[in-house]
Amino acid sequence: MNIALQYDTAHLIGAMVLLFGFQLLYQRRIKAVLSTFALQAGALSMAAAWQAYIQNAPHLYVTAAIALVFKAFFVPFALNWLVKRLGIHRSVETALGVGPTMLIGVVLVALSIMLVLPVTQGASALTRENLALAMSVVLLGLLMMITRHNAVTQVVGFMALENGLILAAVGVKGMPLVVEMSVAFSVLVAMILFGIFFFRIRERFDSLELHYLETVRGDRL
Amino acid sequence: MSAHLFVLGLPLLSSVVLALVSSLTTSTLINVAGTFLTFLASIALLIHRPEPSLWLFIDDFNVSLVVLTAFVGFTTSVFSAGYISRERKEGHLTRRHLRFYHAMYQAFLFTMLLALMANNLGLMWVAIEAATLTTVLMVSLYRTREAIEAAWKYFILCSVGIALALFGTILVYLAAQPVVGPGPEAMAWTHVIKSSAAFEPALLSLAFVFLLVGYGTKVGLAPLHAWLPDAHAEGPTPISAVLSGLLLNVALYALLRFKMILAANGAALAPGPLMVAMGLSSLGLAAFMLYKRDDIKRLFAFSSIEHMGIITFAFGMGGALSNFAGLLHMTMHSLTKSAIFFAVGIISQISGTKNIANIRGIATSHPVLGWSFLIAVAAIAGLPPMGVFMSEFLVVSSTFARQPLLAIPVMAGLLIAFGALIWKTQNMVFSKPSIEASQTYAPWALAPMFAHLALVILAGIWLPEPLVAWFKAVAGMLG
Repeated sequence: MNIALQYDTAHLIGAMVLLFGFQLLYQRRIKAVLSTFALQAGALSMAAAWQAYIQNAPHLYVTAAIALVFKAFFVPFALNWLVKRLGIHRSVETALGVGPTMLIGVVLVALSIMLVLPVTQGASALTRENLALAMSVVLLGLLMMITRHNAVTQVVGFMALENGLILAAVGVKGMPLVVEMSVAFSVLVAMILFGIFFFRIRERFDSLELHYLETVRGDRL
Repeated sequence: MSAHLFVLGLPLLSSVVLALVSSLTTSTLINVAGTFLTFLASIALLIHRPEPSLWLFIDDFNVSLVVLTAFVGFTTSVFSAGYISRERKEGHLTRRHLRFYHAMYQAFLFTMLLALMANNLGLMWVAIEAATLTTVLMVSLYRTREAIEAAWKYFILCSVGIALALFGTILVYLAAQPVVGPGPEAMAWTHVIKSSAAFEPALLSLAFVFLLVGYGTKVGLAPLHAWLPDAHAEGPTPISAVLSGLLLNVALYALLRFKMILAANGAALAPGPLMVAMGLSSLGLAAFMLYKRDDIKRLFAFSSIEHMGIITFAFGMGGALSNFAGLLHMTMHSLTKSAIFFAVGIISQISGTKNIANIRGIATSHPVLGWSFLIAVAAIAGLPPMGVFMSEFLVVSSTFARQPLLAIPVMAGLLIAFGALIWKTQNMVFSKPSIEASQTYAPWALAPMFAHLALVILAGIWLPEPLVAWFKAVAGMLG
């Protein structure tokens, strides 16, 4: 296949993951946040499958399948169920308004492009662009974690951050499988953990707003 | 089968067995026996070293940390036996919690040993991530509001840290891949270090920044230390002992492996100044924070931040003498800090409080415990003739020889921390006793602490020649 097409398609899918990352920043309702996350995971799965195809690396199809089944379907579904069960499907406030958050997001993307492109002169163009996109997704996930106070949306922010990591890992040629598998696995473990946490938090405070947790801080710094 | 597989297999096996055993006596016995056998197997590594594979390897550097981890794992399991049985008697923990606790303790040891022995950088990352998960579960063991909050904070901060470390690891692979070729070889530390001179330096520099922030969170370096005091204070005390004594070392070890790759490259950003800056800020911040603590476990958690700062500073300075001092301090801090937590565990159990203001006059009500606690605190504060004094002296003097100006903040930090620790401890050990003398503890519960203190004092007076030669060789490796 022609190199330009390979390149453009990978670029397009990577940009989709990034766009959903932006969308996550301004969604207010928990349900909408979860659907957007599912879409992002779906786009990630496409990116992994495309990389598997052009790199001729069949093990990346496994990564794609994990992203699709686990992240795009199972996690949003489970979190939706949890949210319904706990009765918190109302809108949640972000720490900053939409405008400033998006602005910071744009700055972060520019920053990662300026940081990554010069240092990867030796790598192929495909890897470079992909890495810049992946790093933007990571930083946007981090931003989402900072601007959200609600436990569920923070978890989604963390998983969006991990989506960025997987996007980086699949874009680098010949990355051993262990990393992708383990990332997926750690998400699974994290999910169970979070579930346990939610229930305990619910039992004790009747709310998932982390503010209520901050009343007892010991002698925090 | 070679010894290193036993070192990994025994804790894993014990973890599975302990998940199935519900009797408290049996499970503590299995726990102690499992860690003891792991320790014996780790000693065998000193004599016979397996061939490095793409996944696991043993060299001069990690073998000493493996033995230290196995040793502290063993002594802590002995201490934990006494601690846990009392918690059970007082009804703080249910039988189900205990089964879980023991299984997790062994799983935690397994992940730390795996992280130390991993040759594949991805595997090392997985192991450290798993170590985070197991400790999160143990920190939340008491299910109190504070414990859950501490565990949540620990989990969120360290997960983000560990995610950034993975990004750094991917960047290192990206740098290695054009030179070593795609595949598992480009992730194997032994292969990467050999050819790192040909790597793209800018890429390695970018990777190191992510790794420093990522693994640095786990080491508890300021300003990324917010999780550390809470996690130490709210979990069971044996876990505080292994967190401070072992897990922080493992995270720092991971960081040092990457530092070695950068040093071998030569053209990449010098990791030293960054580590020096973070080390100094941790030392300075923790030294002042010590004064305001009123929770005994938080006090010593901040002291851990301070000491990790000193160690990071020493490795950041680099050079044979500073690296030697860093390695020695890593070992001494591990032994002393876990000894302190053993004492703190007993003290908080017999006094029923963790509040420093309510703990007074232990030396009068419980002389043996009080005096040995005082000796342990004197050791961590850096009084001669203990081992910590030796290593701190080496850190300061090696800094003086090369960068006299940097030695001033180090000395200031050490003195400020010293003042805080002695001031806080004085009231706890002397003055009018607040704990009833009728509150007793099992005499053998002090044995692990005595073992640690004996080693620390011995190291302060006399370091065996082979050990010195060993540390020197490793210090040379670290560059």
